[in-house]
Amino acid sequence: MSILGTRVLRTEDPKFLTTGGEYTEDLVDERLTGAAHVFFVRSPVAHARITGVDLDAVRAAPGVVAAYTAADLADLPPIKPGMGLKDTMPQTVLAGDVVRYVGEPVAIVVVEDPYQGEDMLELVGVDYDPLPVVVDMRDAAKDEIVLFPEVGTNTIVTYGEELDEHLFDDCEVVVTRTILNQRVAPAPMESRAAAAVWGADGRLTTWVPNQGAQGTKAVLAGMLNVDAAQVRVITPDVGGAFGAKFGADPEHAAVAWVAKALGRPARWAETRYENLLAMTHGRAQYQTVTIGGRPDGTVLAYRLEVLQDAGAYPRIGALLPSLTRLMTPGTYYFPKVESFARSVVTNTTPIGAYRGAGRPEATAAVERAMDLFAAEIGMDPADVRRRNLLEPFTEPHANGFGALYDSGDYPGALERALTAAGYEELRKEQAERRARGDVVQLGIGLASYVEVTGGGAESGAPNENATVEVHPDGSATILTGTSPHGQGHQTAWAMLASEQLGIPVEKIRLKWGDTDLIPKGGGTGGSRSLQQGGAAVRQASIELLDVARERAADALEADPGDLRFDVDRSSFTVAGVAQAAVSLASLAERERLFVHTVFTAPGATFPFGAHVAVVEVDTETGRAVLQRLVAVDDAGVVLNPLLADGQRHGGIAQGVAQALLEEVVYDADGNPLTASFADYPFLSATEVPNYELVDMVTPTTYNPLGAKGIGEAGSIGATPAVQNAVVDAVSHLGVRHIDMPTSPRTIWRAIEEGSGR
Amino acid sequence: MKVEITVNGETRVDEIEPRLLLVHYLRELRGLRAANVGCDTTSCGACTVLLDGTSIKSCTVLAAQANGRSVTTAEGLSTPDGELHPVQQAFRQEHGLQCGFCTPGMVMATVGLLAENPHPTEQEVREGLEGNFCRCTGYHNIVRAVLAAAGEQQ
Repeated sequence: MSILGTRVLRTEDPKFLTTGGEYTEDLVDERLTGAAHVFFVRSPVAHARITGVDLDAVRAAPGVVAAYTAADLADLPPIKPGMGLKDTMPQTVLAGDVVRYVGEPVAIVVVEDPYQGEDMLELVGVDYDPLPVVVDMRDAAKDEIVLFPEVGTNTIVTYGEELDEHLFDDCEVVVTRTILNQRVAPAPMESRAAAAVWGADGRLTTWVPNQGAQGTKAVLAGMLNVDAAQVRVITPDVGGAFGAKFGADPEHAAVAWVAKALGRPARWAETRYENLLAMTHGRAQYQTVTIGGRPDGTVLAYRLEVLQDAGAYPRIGALLPSLTRLMTPGTYYFPKVESFARSVVTNTTPIGAYRGAGRPEATAAVERAMDLFAAEIGMDPADVRRRNLLEPFTEPHANGFGALYDSGDYPGALERALTAAGYEELRKEQAERRARGDVVQLGIGLASYVEVTGGGAESGAPNENATVEVHPDGSATILTGTSPHGQGHQTAWAMLASEQLGIPVEKIRLKWGDTDLIPKGGGTGGSRSLQQGGAAVRQASIELLDVARERAADALEADPGDLRFDVDRSSFTVAGVAQAAVSLASLAERERLFVHTVFTAPGATFPFGAHVAVVEVDTETGRAVLQRLVAVDDAGVVLNPLLADGQRHGGIAQGVAQALLEEVVYDADGNPLTASFADYPFLSATEVPNYELVDMVTPTTYNPLGAKGIGEAGSIGATPAVQNAVVDAVSHLGVRHIDMPTSPRTIWRAIEEGSGR
Repeated sequence: MKVEITVNGETRVDEIEPRLLLVHYLRELRGLRAANVGCDTTSCGACTVLLDGTSIKSCTVLAAQANGRSVTTAEGLSTPDGELHPVQQAFRQEHGLQCGFCTPGMVMATVGLLAENPHPTEQEVREGLEGNFCRCTGYHNIVRAVLAAAGEQQ
């Protein structure tokens, strides 16, 4: 029986459960002996001119190794903005003349004992001459306060052409609304960290928790202004990333710079306070949706206008609305559809990628729009969706914004979700509660989604490399250009190799994230790992058998065509000669037996699904409690249901958390009000129910596994389903929309306003 | 100051600074790095260990407070030949971990929870783990693991 598709327990688990993972902070490595500890002085103000930095007192303090300002780091170039963006709003590793957000690194203090660090920061005197602050992206778009006067505008980039003023001419019903997709913190349990040492050969070795060491190396070399060949990045275990540990941050470059300046190893471990202030945030869009059609539920036109808050500097966040725009129409057929986006800078923490990165925002917009339209015409939201969903297709479908959906059955996914949830019964119960005037009302929310996964490569078409080597002891090693941070790559990749080579998964090791060992790779992001990295492992294993077959033919003095590979014995046998056999292990004994290969996909894939959320809302307190979450997530063929379901659970939780409680908040002066886990509303086990997963498999032809990505699905479907459910629970009180997070206060206010009290 | 602390059955005397936190004592002086520091506010529970059998957050306890007492960490749960504790086994069986950063703390919180309440309901499990954050699993499989471990104990 094939191991593929079965629930194989993770072979990486025993370590995590006993001695714990080896995260960057855990590293005990002789190369790091005697490391100094790096601390960052961070701006306490959101926008100011720096008029002086006094390091005299801190430099004189015992235990302080060194202290630096931007002037010391003048040889480092400004950080490159997000891909393809103009370099007109530069950020330097340390702020020199102007700070633009609270938490921006201004100076560095290096100490012998990490317990000294926080105290020593107090000794650094920085003089700030305050500048006017702009926090809200809508204000930033007015350009009354500009962050970069030399540019003259806060707008970084726009996407899309001019509005068609006749888009809704044929529509009998038109609804428009501006909705907030609020700023959230990726907040991986492991904050950021770095360790760095320069060897006698002039090369940097640096340990950075990241999603792809090869990408981190390229970015870091650029930040340090050195040749990439001088940089070796090693990725230890990574305690969660969620999109925010791609590439490198200013702090990573600073630690490497300090190690060079001091001629001794240097380490940095971020506090949670710093993490919530200065690791990139996610989402942060205002979306104006306009939807029009006929009273029978047919949508004729849809417009999505996105205003993206990129934070103080244009990093990946500035590009996110292009992905939102790419997925504008979602799972629907709209005769006319258009989309525009603009990214602006504000005096807030820079925005980066966060689970789904631009795609959850597109789904949230269109799914709120469908409900707004349904409410306007007084039709069941499920029926409005049924009327407008694309028919099932097996040939690629162009969505009009550059996305080519590979395969999909959106009505099938929705019907499965509705059936599993018992939709009709839920509506009946809702009607009964409304008729009774219950204090606690029921809300049912739907979301139909399609997303894009598996793009990305070191260059060119979507691709990924893998090396598979069989050892004389019968074990095997896999090298991959993808990079696990909780997904279970070691087990999944071992299953793929084991299926071909007959080596037990327990005897297959995985190596990743060492740029000297694996020079190329696209890392793990955009749910690309299995469909590209996994496909590469499978391909390498098959090619390895081809090589082994030739050698086995020599060894057995037989024709290669007469050889049969016996997977159960991991050996070649000769047809008709029962005794003649040679194992892969013994072939490896004679000569190294390995294959390096690159798998290339024809394009990105488009997983899809439908979620149904059931909430109870207390109409007197505004408190919403999620009762059920039913999820159909079709990511094609599933390799290991254990791992796939785990990804779905985690994504759903993050999606639910955004809908119900998470939000990064600033006051009008740009002071963050959510800079600790005591203030940032983090999801605990008490806010979520068990999730009800419904399986559905629509394979893709874009890779031999038939697999699409699953990592972000939950965070795309769950958010609008829960938000729609909350609105639905109080819609009979005149409420049409509630912005996220749907906290008791926002719900209560909506009820008060809706019912005209 | 001098402290005598038993960790995973091994007693040792150390000279420490009075302000040293227990989590750093365990990590730096005893070389046990399963307990992790995940926040600054005693919110996340990644550093949870047992102190005289009760689960505590070791980032909020001074090493000095553990003087003369007994600490158990995730390293001390499995047998020397690597056989997993029933709670560890349940976490593996139910896929109650992904990135693993919260895992040692979550496992120790579970051991502490089941010591107090050997047969918790699902709601009691969720409330019992409210002080331990996980960003990866959505808690679904963690709750199942705890319930499975409770069943195993019976």
